[in-house]
Amino acid sequence: MALLALDHVDLIYQTEKNETEAVRDLDLTVDEGEFIALVGPSGCGKTTVLSMIAGLIPPTRGTVTVDGAPVRSKSGDVGYMLQRDNLFEWRTIENNVFLGLAVQKKLTPENRRYAIEMLDKYGLGEFRNAYPTELSGGMRQRAALIRTLAFKPKLLLLDEPFSAVDFQTRMTVCDDVYSIIKSEGKTALLVTHDISEAVSMADRIIVLTKRPATVKTIFKVDIDAPTPLKKRESPRFSEWFDRVWKEVSA
Amino acid sequence: MIKRSVKALPCRMRKVKSPRQIYLAKRRNDKLTVILLQIGVLAALIGLWELAAQLGWIDPFITSCPSRIVKTLGGIDAADLFRHIGYTLLECIVGFIVASAIGILIAVLLWRFNKFRRVAEPYIVVLNALPKIALGPIIIIMVGAGSQAIIMMTVLICVIVTIISVLNGFMSVDDGKIFLMRSMGASRFQILTKLIFPANVPALVNMLKINVGLAWVGTIMGEYLVSTAGLGYLIIYGSQVFKMDLVMASTVILCLLATAMYLGVAAVERFTKRRFHTD
Repeated sequence: MALLALDHVDLIYQTEKNETEAVRDLDLTVDEGEFIALVGPSGCGKTTVLSMIAGLIPPTRGTVTVDGAPVRSKSGDVGYMLQRDNLFEWRTIENNVFLGLAVQKKLTPENRRYAIEMLDKYGLGEFRNAYPTELSGGMRQRAALIRTLAFKPKLLLLDEPFSAVDFQTRMTVCDDVYSIIKSEGKTALLVTHDISEAVSMADRIIVLTKRPATVKTIFKVDIDAPTPLKKRESPRFSEWFDRVWKEVSA
Repeated sequence: MIKRSVKALPCRMRKVKSPRQIYLAKRRNDKLTVILLQIGVLAALIGLWELAAQLGWIDPFITSCPSRIVKTLGGIDAADLFRHIGYTLLECIVGFIVASAIGILIAVLLWRFNKFRRVAEPYIVVLNALPKIALGPIIIIMVGAGSQAIIMMTVLICVIVTIISVLNGFMSVDDGKIFLMRSMGASRFQILTKLIFPANVPALVNMLKINVGLAWVGTIMGEYLVSTAGLGYLIIYGSQVFKMDLVMASTVILCLLATAMYLGVAAVERFTKRRFHTD
């Protein structure tokens, strides 16, 4: 059974001026351990789809289920990583990483240890007691990822997580995040407007139509390389890039 | 064999200061100069005032002078003076604390309940524009003439500004951070305690700083309107019987008390800066 399933999902926004059909008849399934990228023309409602999957916006029609149960934001099943790291400046890195656990009242000694182990494993151990302002952009984004992983979500949602990182560090942060997600065996859904990012990270790329968003094409990317950087070096990378780009802009 | 130029040898021993030492010494000197000048200005003003009175340039009966202020302070029965100070201080501090607490509470409710905020908005705007002193007679009739009326006046003057500035801080918390908390499944209460309050510590401290000034305005205004004791009472009484020495002496004490209270809030600010790592 799929970990995540969207079944005939519609979403209509109501505002004072008019109503907007943001999503129409969206069907989508994600299996455990998969890395999926969601791409589409700008303004097509990619972020809206993530908000529905996170249980923050209820769909107008249709169902969103995680592990067979309708999704709720309170369940802690879904971890959300945003464009900006949103680390709290008044908390140390360690306390930032504990935030989700504290909110979900799961701040047990084992969970603390698990989070601290992850900080150590991914090179932030010595910054446990540092404040966010003392870290570089890439390190901050890594801390934000560990904060999301600390409460062990079944599904990880990444909303353009590299767009706020400066260009030089973007590729390495991208590699970092990918390897952390893979080594923790997490299922991830990435929203991005950067097609090269989608091709280098995802097992499957789902192309959405312009608004109202629905699935246009699904590509199964078969570049055989262990990391995003290595995939970018593969000769088949540009071929895949062209195929996806044509599909998005057509 | 070895030729050495005489010129290259150091002819004297001299301590060479590093650029860092020079910079630090300059900083120390600058700080010291400012403090000395500050004290100097005060001393010069007091000296000039005394001199002008002694030489008959100004009439000390109307302007008073430092020596007469000191004599007046020495002449008042100490117990009586402390009773007046005690009244004013108590009214001011109680008003300050009550106004800050009520203001924060109302700001929390306005933040939490959108509809309440929309309904309350015009009332807050009007109350903010209204000169609170105009409510003096109403307050006196409602709560009676005495300390309670003065505290009420202090609270009224402080509370509206508190609500507006605190609510403003609450509403300007980054949407991304609120979204993050919601995505983790946080309740409104958790968002308040874990995000809104800590993010607003600098704004809250700022509010306290403003309230220190306003609380004194409220207390002295209140005492002008209705009181039988307190520094505001002494000032009004002094002016009515034309004892300018008493007016000036009371004003000097008021200055000292207001400074002390401000320093207290400044200490709170330093503590929160360390504790919450702001700035």
